[in-house]
Amino acid sequence: MKSISELEQIRQRTLDRLNQRLEDRSDEVRVVVGMGTCGIAAGARAVMMAFMTECTLRKLSHVTVSQTGCIGMCRFEPMADVFLPGQEKVTYVNLDGDKARRIVTDHIVNGNPVTEYVITSQLGSAGKEEDQ
Amino acid sequence: MKFYRSHILVCGGTGCSSSGAGALIDRFNEQLKLHALDQEVGVVKTGCFGLCEAGPVVIVYPEGTFYSRVRPEDVDLIVSEHMLKGRIVRKLVYHHETEEPAGQSLNDVEFYKHQTRLALRNCGVIDPEQIDEYIAFDGYKALARALTEMSPQQVIDVLKESGLRGRGGGGFPTGLKWQFCRNSPGEKKYVICNADEGDPGAFMDRSVLEGDPNAVLEAMALCGYAIGSDEGYIYVRAEYPIAVRRLEIAIRQAREYGLLGNGILGTEFNFDIHIRLGAGAFVCGEETALMTSIEGHRGEPNPKPPFPAQQGLFGLPSNINNVETFANIPQILLNGADWFRSMGTRRSPGTKVFALGGKINNTGLVEVAMGTPLRKVIYDIGGGIPKGKRFKAVQTGGPSGGCIPESLIDVPIEYDSLIEIGSMMGSGGMIVMDEDNCMVDIARFFLEFTVDESCGKCTPCRVGTRRMLEILDRIVSGKGEEGDLEQLEILAESINDTALCGLGQTAPNPVLSTIKYFREEYEAHIRDKRCPARHCKELLHLEITDKCRGCTACFRVCPVGAITGQPRARHAIDTSKCIKCESCIEKCHFGAIIKV
Repeated sequence: MKSISELEQIRQRTLDRLNQRLEDRSDEVRVVVGMGTCGIAAGARAVMMAFMTECTLRKLSHVTVSQTGCIGMCRFEPMADVFLPGQEKVTYVNLDGDKARRIVTDHIVNGNPVTEYVITSQLGSAGKEEDQ
Repeated sequence: MKFYRSHILVCGGTGCSSSGAGALIDRFNEQLKLHALDQEVGVVKTGCFGLCEAGPVVIVYPEGTFYSRVRPEDVDLIVSEHMLKGRIVRKLVYHHETEEPAGQSLNDVEFYKHQTRLALRNCGVIDPEQIDEYIAFDGYKALARALTEMSPQQVIDVLKESGLRGRGGGGFPTGLKWQFCRNSPGEKKYVICNADEGDPGAFMDRSVLEGDPNAVLEAMALCGYAIGSDEGYIYVRAEYPIAVRRLEIAIRQAREYGLLGNGILGTEFNFDIHIRLGAGAFVCGEETALMTSIEGHRGEPNPKPPFPAQQGLFGLPSNINNVETFANIPQILLNGADWFRSMGTRRSPGTKVFALGGKINNTGLVEVAMGTPLRKVIYDIGGGIPKGKRFKAVQTGGPSGGCIPESLIDVPIEYDSLIEIGSMMGSGGMIVMDEDNCMVDIARFFLEFTVDESCGKCTPCRVGTRRMLEILDRIVSGKGEEGDLEQLEILAESINDTALCGLGQTAPNPVLSTIKYFREEYEAHIRDKRCPARHCKELLHLEITDKCRGCTACFRVCPVGAITGQPRARHAIDTSKCIKCESCIEKCHFGAIIKV
C-alpha cells in the first residue's frame, strides 16, 4: 500500500459489509421483512434477497436488511417495513422481487414511498390504523 | 465483498475455544448451508467478549442478540428459529445471575451496561484474522495521520497531554517514556511490546492480542515513528497459542498491505515487527529480564539505571510498553488528548481492563473508566458473590498487589488510590474472596508463587521470600509463635528495600496488606490456634451434630473409616483417624457435619 487513499478504500469497502455491527447509526435505514412461516411460504425469502442484492449493487451501506416474525396479517405476506431516519415506518404488502427493487430505488434512494404497494384500509382495516 | 443481512459472531478467545466454540462454527456453517442461508448470513470468529463465565458466547447482528453457553446441538435451533424465521431463541439468551431473562441485546446486559470499552473496543466485534475489518473501524488511520501530518515530537506531545499511564502495573506516564527514548542518542532503537502476562488469573493482554492484534501492531509502528526506531519485538508467552497465531496472521497481512516493512504508506518510514516466544517465567515480565530473554540469555533482571531508554535491548535505546497500553494509543491519536482525558480521573485518565476471578458470579473480562468504585465492578458488573456468601476482600495486582477489605470497597480504582491503601493496580487481575477464604492462606498462596518464580539472582528475593513462606507455613499449620508477625514485617521491609527488581520488591505486598487489614485473623491462628474462616485444615476438626439421622451416608463415603455409629442413631467422627477430606460434609443431606 502506497497511499492513504488506498487505506480509505479498504476501509469503505469493508465498512459496507460491516455496517450492521456498528451501533447508534443515525442515518441508518432499516428494512424489516416478515419471515414467519406465512411470509416464507408466500415467498419472503426471494423478497429479502432482492432487497439485499439491490442494496449491494447500489452500494447502500447504510441500509440494514433484517427479518422479523409473523405480525398477524398473514394474508398480505410477503410484507416488509421500511424505516427511514426520523420518519414514520411504511409497511408494504404483497411484495415480490421486482416490487422490492422498486422500493429500494423510489423510496430508499429517492425518498418517495411507493404508494401503490403500501398497506391501505381496503386491504385491511386493522393495518391502516396501525400504520398511519 | 459479500453483503450479508445478518452476522453470527462466535467468540474465538481462549476461554470460549476451550468450552467448545470451534465446533459451533463448523455446525453453523453446515446448518446455514442446509437451510440455504449461507448466502445471507455470515459466520465470523471474533476475539473475547469478556463474559467467559457464560461461554461459548454467540452474538447475532443486527439485532445484537446475546446467546450464552451455546452447545453444538443448540446451533440447529438458532439457525432454524432465529436465522430462518426471525424468532429469537429466548431460552438461550444470556441473562444476569440476579435478573430475569429480559435483556436480549448486548447493551441491555448488566455486565456490559456499566463498562467503557476502549482497549477492548474491537474485541468481539471484528474478525481478528482479517486486517480489512480492523481498517474498517478506523484501523491504521492514526498511523497514516501521524506519518503524513505530524512530526514525531507531536505524536509524543499528544500522548503526554493525554496523561496515559502504563497499563502493565507501574503506571509510568507513557508519553514521558517515549520522550526519554526519543532523546536518547543512537541510530538504532527498539520498540518492545511486553505480552508476557504472568499474574495468576489475569488475561487482558491475551484477549487484546486474540481479539484485536492489529491495534498493537499499529501502536508499535507509531512508537517506532515517534522515537526513531525501525524494528520492534513482541515478547509473548508460548502458552498463548491463539494469541501467537493471530499475531502472526496480523503481521503477515500488515506486511502484504505495506503497513509494515519499508516505505510505509508511501513515506520514508520503515518498521517491522518480530515475535519472540517466552517460556512462561514470571520474572520475564520485568522489563530488563524480558530484554535479556529476547537476547537469548537466561531471563534475569538487571539493575536500573541504566534504564531501557538509555541502554536496552542489545545495549541500544529501547522503549517497552505493555499490550493494553499500546492498544489505547491509536485511538488517543485519532480522537485527541482531550477525548481521552474526558474518561477516568484527573490523575488516571482513560479506562482499565480487569480480569475478574475467584468468588464472583460473572468471571470474565471487564473494562471500566478509571475512578469507578470497586463496589460497582464487583456487584453491578461482576454480579456479586455466589451462593449468598459474604464478601470479604478483593486482591488486586496479583502477586505484587494486596488485599482490599470490605471497609474500603468504595475506593475509586486508580493508580494512586490503590497504592495509598497498600495494594496496586498491577496488570489488572482482580480476585474476589468470600467469608470462606482464609487471608493467611491467601498471603501464603501468593508468596508461594513468588518463591517459585524468583529467578534467584539476588539474595533478598531468593532467600528472604523463602524465609517468609516458612513462617507462614508454620502459622497455617498451627505452629505460629509470638513475634512471627513482627518478624514477617521486618523481612518484608528489607526485601522491599533491597531486592533487585520489581518481582522481589513487591513480593511481600500480599503479606503486608493482609497483616494490615486482617491482623486479628493472623493472631487467631497464632494465639488461639484457630482459623476463623475454617479453612486451614491443621487448625480444625469435623464434628457430627444432633441433626444427624443416622443415614450412614457419611460412614460409607469416609475413605479412612473414621466414622462410627449405628443406623438411625447419631454417628461420631474419630478425629485421630480423620484426614479432613470433607467428603462426608458433601454427602450429608442434613447439614449435620460441621467444621470447628
